[in-house]
Amino acid sequence: MTTATTGATGAPARPDTPRVVGRTRDRHHRGAWRWVILALCIVFAIGMIAPFLLMVMNAFKSPASYSSGGPLQLPTELYTEGLVKFWNATNFPVKLWNSIWTSALAALFGVLLSLLTAFAIGVGRIRGRMWIVLVFLLANMLPQEVLLYPLYTMAQQVGLNNSGWAIVIIFAVIQCAFGTYLLASVLGTFPKALLEAAALDGATTWRILWQVVYPIVRPTLSVLLIFFFIWTWNEFFIPLVMLTTPDSQTVPIALASLQGDRMLDVPTLNAGALLSLLPTLVFFLIFQRTLTRGVTAGAVK
Amino acid sequence: MSNDAPSIIDPTAAPAPSRGRAPTPGRRPSTRVYWLYLLPGGIALTVVIIVPFAMNLWYSLHKWKGGLAPMRWIGFDNYVDLMSDDAFWRSFQNSLWMIVAMVIVPTLVGIVLAAVLFDVVGKNIGTRTASFLRAVYYLPQILPIAVAGIVWNWIFNAETGALNEILRSLGVTDPPNWLGVPGLALPAVMIVLVWIQIGYPTVIFMSALQRVDPELYEAAEIDGAGWYRRFRAITIPQIRPETFVITLTCTIAALKVFAPIYVLTRGGPEGSTLVPSYYTFLNFFDKSKIGYGAAVATVLTFVIIVVAVVIQSLQARAERREEEGR
Repeated sequence: MTTATTGATGAPARPDTPRVVGRTRDRHHRGAWRWVILALCIVFAIGMIAPFLLMVMNAFKSPASYSSGGPLQLPTELYTEGLVKFWNATNFPVKLWNSIWTSALAALFGVLLSLLTAFAIGVGRIRGRMWIVLVFLLANMLPQEVLLYPLYTMAQQVGLNNSGWAIVIIFAVIQCAFGTYLLASVLGTFPKALLEAAALDGATTWRILWQVVYPIVRPTLSVLLIFFFIWTWNEFFIPLVMLTTPDSQTVPIALASLQGDRMLDVPTLNAGALLSLLPTLVFFLIFQRTLTRGVTAGAVK
Repeated sequence: MSNDAPSIIDPTAAPAPSRGRAPTPGRRPSTRVYWLYLLPGGIALTVVIIVPFAMNLWYSLHKWKGGLAPMRWIGFDNYVDLMSDDAFWRSFQNSLWMIVAMVIVPTLVGIVLAAVLFDVVGKNIGTRTASFLRAVYYLPQILPIAVAGIVWNWIFNAETGALNEILRSLGVTDPPNWLGVPGLALPAVMIVLVWIQIGYPTVIFMSALQRVDPELYEAAEIDGAGWYRRFRAITIPQIRPETFVITLTCTIAALKVFAPIYVLTRGGPEGSTLVPSYYTFLNFFDKSKIGYGAAVATVLTFVIIVVAVVIQSLQARAERREEEGR
């Protein structure tokens, strides 16, 4: 990503030899400064990860050593009781599985719906598409509070209250509102020549979608998939209301529901937070490049 | 995209009339087929978003305790009551502070961080260092808000919290209860939000800077413009589109903010950190005032849409002015 631009600016304006003295001094000057600035950047970075560091340091400390040594003392022994306590108190594997399957299905259905709708809008250029995009855009801006109570009563009526499927359906559609908006503009610039060629070969729209459009937009779709997965995973408001019993709750809800617990000691709390963030962290590290590219894709419309 | 050229010369537009009306086997099928592809998304959107939105509007015109309790039509009374409800006004006033914490501060810090990482660290030290630092700044963005909330809640905790433990070891005898005192809770929440939010503008601005033509900087450098002048005259105007996108998305997020408030303070103490979405939640599930909560949610929606339209039209005007200027 960055190589092209840095290559061009790395050595600016070599040819003007007359000013070479001033230039070297400037470089030297800058050479000292750049380390100061780097140091400032690193200090800032440490500030940013300080809460993470505090969490890791205090997750493996016994409550006794926390109260005697304080939060900044490095743990002297590896205390895993907090981890075990959190694991058992929340029945963590169940929460983890709930989070995984609901997020994965919501992401998958969300991408699929986005692709179909965006195909109709961007490639099919159906009449009134501007209005349709506007509706999806507005749907994207609605606060979840405005949907919450109706969705809650609707889920009760069809027996999906306290079910992960309610989360799958709701978030597939909410994510699809964003996905459609983004993909429709991507597909709007889809090379016409390819579509024409396929149509001349007698391909149906279904075949055009899967054999011409899909292979080309697959990178965008995978970014969307990762995004939808993480967004659904981190979702808090609707799952908090919809999932009322411990066996259906997701990881973030399980962690938040521990909070009111008076018995909760500092190591258990930190171990729980650490354990709850590990899946997203692993996911982030694996897809770091794709993700940062994706943030960019979303920004420049 | 490199394949942009063919789309300008729209192949469907020109030759179509000469081919006549009879659909030849190889022709592109009529666009009517495509409505079928809109069907799943359209139905899903209607069921999950449009109908609930309408139902919420309907609720907001009633007095209703929820569940099987009877609904009583009261017209716009809920909205009238809102106008004299201190908690309602307080919640929107706090929304302004949320905008400071989630839009203004992160955007300003993000611009500076991105410029420093890209210009100084990226060019003089190495792009790997720059991307590593960028990833560190972005880290809070990916973690579940519940995790962020619970960790910060502990850090700010009056008795066992990390911050007060550190303060005590430094000799402060009576450190404050950060989240428990009305005057301190809001700033504390804002610090957490700034921390969460900073990575987003930084990442977007860094990619925006890669798009800026380096020759602009070279020309300015030859003209003797210092770093700050180049930053003001080139960087800021060039990344304006991204600035608008960030302002828009973050402002909407700031108006909607719920989870950090729920996990950190539950709107307290004494309503000092109450925000509209949490006030809606309180009315729905704590006070059993469904109609009233629905009215709050409707007003919030209205505010969000107005803000979005205003920001969009400001952007359109800025673009137009720029085109006229050239």
